[in-house]
Amino acid sequence: MQKEDPTIIAFVCNWCTYTAADLAGVSRLNYPKNVRLIRVMCTGMVDTQYVIKAFLEGADMVWISGCHPGDCHYINGNYKARRKVKLLKEILPLFGVSPERLVLTWIGASDGIEFAQTIKQLTDIAREQGAEAGGAA
Amino acid sequence: MKRTSHILVENNDPSAAIRRFLASLLALDSVDAVLTPRWLSEKTVMPALINDPDQLEQADPCSPAFMMNSAKLVSRLTRKTPGGKIVAVLRPCEIRAVKELVKLKQAETDGLILLGIDCPGALGNRDFQALAAEGTEGLGNRFLRGVIPDAPAEFEGRPISEACKACEFPVPDGADILIGLYGADLNEKLPVQSNTPSGNDLLDDISAPESEEPADRKAAVDKVTKARTARRDAMFEKTAEQVNNLDKFADYFANCVNCYNCRVACPVCYCRECVFNTNVFDHEPFRYLQWAKRRGGVRLPADTAFYHLTRLAHMSTACVGCGQCSNACPNDIPVMEVFRLTAHRTQAAFDYEAGRNIEEPPPLSVFSENEFTGIVGITKR
Ligand code: SF4
Ligand code: SF4
Repeated sequence: MQKEDPTIIAFVCNWCTYTAADLAGVSRLNYPKNVRLIRVMCTGMVDTQYVIKAFLEGADMVWISGCHPGDCHYINGNYKARRKVKLLKEILPLFGVSPERLVLTWIGASDGIEFAQTIKQLTDIAREQGAEAGGAA
Repeated sequence: MKRTSHILVENNDPSAAIRRFLASLLALDSVDAVLTPRWLSEKTVMPALINDPDQLEQADPCSPAFMMNSAKLVSRLTRKTPGGKIVAVLRPCEIRAVKELVKLKQAETDGLILLGIDCPGALGNRDFQALAAEGTEGLGNRFLRGVIPDAPAEFEGRPISEACKACEFPVPDGADILIGLYGADLNEKLPVQSNTPSGNDLLDDISAPESEEPADRKAAVDKVTKARTARRDAMFEKTAEQVNNLDKFADYFANCVNCYNCRVACPVCYCRECVFNTNVFDHEPFRYLQWAKRRGGVRLPADTAFYHLTRLAHMSTACVGCGQCSNACPNDIPVMEVFRLTAHRTQAAFDYEAGRNIEEPPPLSVFSENEFTGIVGITKR
C-alpha cells in the first residue's frame, strides 16, 4: 500500500547536516516537505527514546544525520550515535518496525545538494513502502 | 588456579551441610559477614547480612524462594568500601547482575566474595508464599530433591518460574567459590570449587580437603543446560509471535498500570533517576486532551509502550534473565519473556553477554572508528 504523504522525523547535527540544510535553502534547492527537522547539538545526544517516541507517534521514517567519521565537533558523538542506531536496528524489527525505517547518514556542512537529494530519496522510499501495522500509540 | 574440594553431607541433609560450610567461612577472622537468603519467622525467605553464627541456623540458600535479585543489595553494601569482607551467597543470575553493576560503577568487588551455588531454579513469589503457608519443614531439601538434577517444570504442583525454566546458566561460573549440586550425590557430598585467588585463599583458610569433581557433573550440567536452552528457544519463538508489530506489543502490555515495579525489581536498571519519573512525563493536562482529539482516544495511563520500549533500549544489553520483572508485576504480565527475547538479540549484536566477564565493557559505553559501517546510508526494504 503506497503512502502519499509520509512523515519523516529527522535529528540533524547543528555542525554539519543542519548547516547543509541551511545551505540547501540559501541555494534555493527544492526538496519534498515530508521531513521534520529537529536540530540537535550532536547526533551523539539522540537518545534511543527519541527515536522510539517518533515511531510510536506514527513516523514512517526516522533519519539521523551527523558529521562524517573524524569530523565530529565533539570528537566522537557520531560513533556513539552509530552504536545506538545499531542497537535500535536490532530491537525495532522484533516489534514490526523494519530496520530500513531508521536511517543514519553522514552529511557535511557543505553538502547542501546531498542534503536535498537524501530527502528526496527518503521520501520516495517512505512513499513506496507505505505503512506497517501499529504506531499511533 | 582452580581448586576442587567438597562438603560432606550428614543425615541426608545437604542444606545443613551448606550452612555448616558458611559457618566455617564466617568463623574466619578474614570474613566479617555472610549475605544469604534465610528464613524470617518461618514465613518467608529474605536475604540477610549475618554476622552472628547462630543466625546462620536459619540460612537456606537452596529454598525455592527468590524474592528479589540480591545484586541490588550487593550494590548497596559495596558502593563504597564496606570496611570488611562479605561472603555473598548468590544465584548465578545474581552474580551476573553484580558483574554488570560493577562495570557500571554501582558495586565493588573489593571486600566481596561471590559464593555461587548451582541453581535449582525458583518459584514465583506468590507460588512460593502459597507453598510456604502449607508448611516449611525441610523445604530446602525437599526442593533440592524435587528438582536436582532433572530440572522439571514444577515442584509439588507449583510451576517453576518461567525465567528459571528457560535459564541456560544453571552454574555460577563467575563465582569466587562454587558449590555444585548437579551431578553430586546430595546425600553424600557436594563439590566445592574455587575459581579465583580470593576463593582459593578462603578454601585454604578453612583447610578445605582436596577432592575431585564428581564424575557425573559435566554430563548433568550439560543435560540441564540443554533442556533449559530448548525451553528458552521455544519461549523466544512464542513471544516473538506475540509482539511482532507495535499494536501487538501494546496489547501484550495491555494490563500494565505503569507502576514501574518491573523496573524497580530489575537488578540492572541502573539509572538513579528514571526518565519516566521525571517531569518530562508530567505532561501538561492540555496534552491529554490534544491526544484524545487527534486520535479519538488515548489509553491511560499514557506512555506504556513507550516506557517498555525505552527500557528495552536502555538496559537489554545488561539483562541477565532473572525474571524479577515478571515476578514483580502486579498484573502478571510476562515481562521477562519480552526482555529476554530482546536481550538475546541485542547482546548477540555486540558480541556481548551480560555478566560473562567483568572486563568486557558494556556495549553502549564504547565505540570504535571502523565498526558497523554497513548500517550507515539508505537501504530499501
Ligand atoms: S529485565 Fe527482567 S529478566 Fe532482565 S535483568 Fe531485569 S528483572 Fe531480570
Ligand atoms: S510491573 Fe507490570 S504493571 Fe508495573 S510497570 Fe511493569 S509491566 Fe507495567
